[in-house]
Amino acid sequence: MEVLRRGRGELVGWYDPDENRRWIQANKSRELRDKRMTVAEAVSRFVHDGDFIASGGFGHVRVAMAVVYEIIRQGRKHLTMAGKTAVHDLDILVGAGCVDRVEVAYSFGHELRGLSPASRRAVETGRCRVVAETSNAGYQWRFLAGMMGLPFIPTRNLLGTDTFEYSSAVVVKDPFSGKPICLVPACQPDVAFIHVPRCDKYGNAQIDGILIEDFELSRAARRLIITTEEIVDEEVIRSQPWRTSIPFFVVDAVVHVPYGAHPCEMPYLYFFDEEHIAEWLQLSRTDEGVQTYFDKYVHSVPDFSAYLELIGGEKKLHYLREVEHLRMPMVAPWMKNKE
Amino acid sequence: MAEEATYTPTELLACVASKLLEDGKSVFVGTGLPMIAAMLAQRTHAPNLLIIFEAGGIGPIVPVLPISVGDSRTFYRAVGASSMHDVMSACQNGYVDYGFLGAAMIDQYGNINTTVIGDHDHPTARLPGSGGANDIGSFCWKTIILMRQDRRRFVKKVDFITTPGYLSGPGAREAAGLAGGTGPYRVITQLGVYGFDEATKRLKLLALHPGVTVEDVQANSGFEVLVADDLITTTPPTPEERRLLREIDPTGMAIGK
Repeated sequence: MEVLRRGRGELVGWYDPDENRRWIQANKSRELRDKRMTVAEAVSRFVHDGDFIASGGFGHVRVAMAVVYEIIRQGRKHLTMAGKTAVHDLDILVGAGCVDRVEVAYSFGHELRGLSPASRRAVETGRCRVVAETSNAGYQWRFLAGMMGLPFIPTRNLLGTDTFEYSSAVVVKDPFSGKPICLVPACQPDVAFIHVPRCDKYGNAQIDGILIEDFELSRAARRLIITTEEIVDEEVIRSQPWRTSIPFFVVDAVVHVPYGAHPCEMPYLYFFDEEHIAEWLQLSRTDEGVQTYFDKYVHSVPDFSAYLELIGGEKKLHYLREVEHLRMPMVAPWMKNKE
Repeated sequence: MAEEATYTPTELLACVASKLLEDGKSVFVGTGLPMIAAMLAQRTHAPNLLIIFEAGGIGPIVPVLPISVGDSRTFYRAVGASSMHDVMSACQNGYVDYGFLGAAMIDQYGNINTTVIGDHDHPTARLPGSGGANDIGSFCWKTIILMRQDRRRFVKKVDFITTPGYLSGPGAREAAGLAGGTGPYRVITQLGVYGFDEATKRLKLLALHPGVTVEDVQANSGFEVLVADDLITTTPPTPEERRLLREIDPTGMAIGK
């Protein structure tokens, strides 16, 4: 194939497909075994300094926040993160100094709530570097190539733009149509973490609602930490196998964390904690504020359940369940600051 | 400039955007104004508008304005809750008629910047990047851009092309490999509505909002805006439309208080 253009972005998370197959053969168990462990153990075993990490969910939806807080608690450094609609997770990991390199599809913003003061400041002052640009579909299909064991996937986006110029993609002449076509490289993150409503002790996981990119990401990532609202009996999975969106053999750790997506939303269970997100957005306007947030919500609490007490305990969680089920109206402090 | 208006600029934008959507067609929407415009269209002239969200929600009955294009309101009583791969593929394959985008900067060919102000590696201001914008602008048949207009936003050359418009002019999209027949369709700002000239693919003023003049438009643009021969004035929101907007966004999250 004739190469027409090459993006100048850094190629992150790519392995030769043969090398990756061999890595999987040697490192991923196909044996049904109990993978339950604590979030501290999962992070300590599977997230290393310098890793390329990816977080499941979308924006503030179904994010494995307990893992994110634990990465900060354990002080990981020089992580590269997939900015795949990474919002609160990426913002606080950059703010905490754990992530200093990002490949961006969507980052540094909180959708309707406004931009992210902490991570933007880090990029604008050079503390965090954007190593490549892509788009949401670009990332989606990088993971698709990754799960398929292919070096790349052809796509008809990114073409003609600076998003392509700063990406790790290549434009070639399509041997079938003769037209230019973009090839996005496969992506196999070192570790991904995905929060689900239920799974069994082996990691067979079900997701309620949209899958977003998690079907592909879970299979593309070399290591996968599943956090779950509930651990169910294997029989629950086997009675409705068509609901299994993540199979056990791609999973390395199963961590039981009720409300493990807080302050993000867990579809059908609880809504965004807008009060908490607003507190972060307010505090993160300064470096001192960032430190205040982490001192309060990460370093001064031993684990996630202590954190849940701190954010308002059962009363707050009850309210978030009611809002999710449209039984109470959503109130968001950040709305006051909008034009 | 305008006589005492009984509606806000945001309400006007939402109503004008909503009228562009057709019944029985499909639209990819982002949160905020695009979502409001699509919900309003469903409640007025386009009850069978198929709303699709990039994270996987297909055909929801949206109960209240979602905060995120992935939150559970985007697949509330939907016909489908699938994945980004599924809906982006449908879009790439030609199933999506309209796409809505916001922009920090736009040039005369409809190229959009939402990535960075200044130099990419040493930015003056870092913005969120493409998200689904490049995909929507590449795949949807017709892209509608909603944005605020001033000389810093309507610019000769954008600092960074996040999302393709007509690139350098006629034929450039196809030459780059983008799907034929796609591209920016309308740009809606607080001053008026723009289309793109058939021959040159340059931005062309089609309609002014009540009380706005061509001079106001030119004064708020860093390049020469073409003006349609049959320039019209947009219809302001009716009381009924304004009532529906309050119903859709009761907290004023996107439409304002």
